Amino acid sequence: MNTQPLVRVEGLHKSFGPQEVLKGVSMEVHSGEVVCILGPSGSGKSTLLRCINFIEEPTAGLIFVGDEIIGHRRTPDAAVLQQVRESEIARQRQDIGMVFQKFNLFPHMTVLENITHAPRLVKHIAAGPAKATAMDLLEKVGLANRAGAYPRQLSGGQQQRVAIARALAMEPKLVLFDEPTSALDPELVGDVLEVMKDLATGGLTMIVVTHEIGFAREVADRVIFVDDGVIVEQGTPAEVLDTPSHERTKAFLSRVLS
Amino acid sequence: MTRDSAATVDNMTTDAAKPGYRVIPVRHWGRLAAGIVTVALLASIVVSFARAEIDWSVVGQYFTYHTILTGFMVTIVLTVVAMVIGILLGVLVAVMRLSSNPVVSGIAWLYVWIFRGTPVYLQLLLWFNIALIFPHVGIPGVFSGRTVDLVTPFVAAILGLGLNQGAYTSEVVRAGILSVDEGQGEAAKALGLPSGALMRTVILPQAMRVILPPIGNETIGMLKTTSLASAIGASEVLNESQHIYLVNNMIMELLLVSAIWYLIAVSILSIIQYYIERRFAKGGSSKALPLTPWQKIVWFFTTRRSLA
Repeated sequence: MNTQPLVRVEGLHKSFGPQEVLKGVSMEVHSGEVVCILGPSGSGKSTLLRCINFIEEPTAGLIFVGDEIIGHRRTPDAAVLQQVRESEIARQRQDIGMVFQKFNLFPHMTVLENITHAPRLVKHIAAGPAKATAMDLLEKVGLANRAGAYPRQLSGGQQQRVAIARALAMEPKLVLFDEPTSALDPELVGDVLEVMKDLATGGLTMIVVTHEIGFAREVADRVIFVDDGVIVEQGTPAEVLDTPSHERTKAFLSRVLS
Repeated sequence: MTRDSAATVDNMTTDAAKPGYRVIPVRHWGRLAAGIVTVALLASIVVSFARAEIDWSVVGQYFTYHTILTGFMVTIVLTVVAMVIGILLGVLVAVMRLSSNPVVSGIAWLYVWIFRGTPVYLQLLLWFNIALIFPHVGIPGVFSGRTVDLVTPFVAAILGLGLNQGAYTSEVVRAGILSVDEGQGEAAKALGLPSGALMRTVILPQAMRVILPPIGNETIGMLKTTSLASAIGASEVLNESQHIYLVNNMIMELLLVSAIWYLIAVSILSIIQYYIERRFAKGGSSKALPLTPWQKIVWFFTTRRSLA
């Protein structure tokens, strides 16, 4: 593991109006690591994830991903940061994939078009190579035979696997998963988790907000428990899930696992 | 006798469907009554038109009269140009209205407030008389001219109708943009799409399904609103009809000529609207698209033929 973390979150605060959702979160994720974020609903875990790629703009705090400070640019004076325009943030986001709870596939495009759209438009990759990459990714998620289908013709589990392929097509350094299985029928969850396990094994850096304790235990290198806008505790799955040291973690786990 | 045989036929069919019972179908007395009244009223209107002092040969004669035809072409050109300006402005203003820049969204709001807040007839008169405020127009060093020479009735009509339409269309487009799920924009942002490409390739194509039906309506409305331009002397079809009947006094005949031309144009626009909406329904529903009227006709005849 590198000593230099891939992702560093420092003193992250986020308020929606008078309501403070994140109250000072700091964390690091190293390249190749799989980190699962657990916590009760309303704890701020999804907001934390959405701040990392600036889908939500933090109220305070900094997000470092690779050499970039998201939403900012370094200046010659090390103590001064320049805020950047939306177009520059769009460029920074290319390295950060995201998979949503509700898939958010583009309904007016076929599965193939969904996957090739951003690589062609943003990275200016030619149609042929973009399609080849997309077909490889569809093969990987087990949906190569559905390339010509529209999202509505697919089950939720299939849509989510397409959404994962779409995120991977941009060759991101990091993929954020926002409760990727929460909107799925129980029998469809397994296929999606299987794909995510393969990605974890393949060395992809992943931050996963999830309620799937089993997945966290099996796949995560580290588990972070968030409650009421702060990180309550973190450690290996065994530490956090089997021998939690905080009352709030214990209470949450007993509710989820019962 | 006839009643009996009818009842037997009834019994035969219903017995087959529901064994052991005689089923009496629902009688739609209301529909029948409404139908009879409507047909009677229509017949009386047709009779009054037929008896009235309308010289139908004059209608036929002026239907293809050259000034009527050129007037109709002006009507079509006015409609198309005003709608193109209206739609381009409408999309631009809708996007401006949703901008996070308060100056930009403020300008868009002001535009809609002014152009939607005043009657289009008044706007046409304002543009026609704009020379009273700006006697000269031009770009310094490039060209300059007297406004009266530049703003002809046709140009005033284009400006008035197009700018007014832009204000209405912008509200339609804005509603369409807001109807697209927020997750779509988030997904496109997360993929690194810049905001222009995001709007153009992800949001607007999906907004189209909401935007197109009212735009179709507005185009049909615009076709008829162009007749207001006759008030400022633009030579569209109604104005040309008026020119003729002021000379020959065949008022009703020439109004009917215009009416028939409007009906023809609206019918064609309705067909175009139907096919455009169909095209943009793609991916919107898991149901298969219904057959077009033409496909239905083809289907009817081909299946009949295969039965025979």
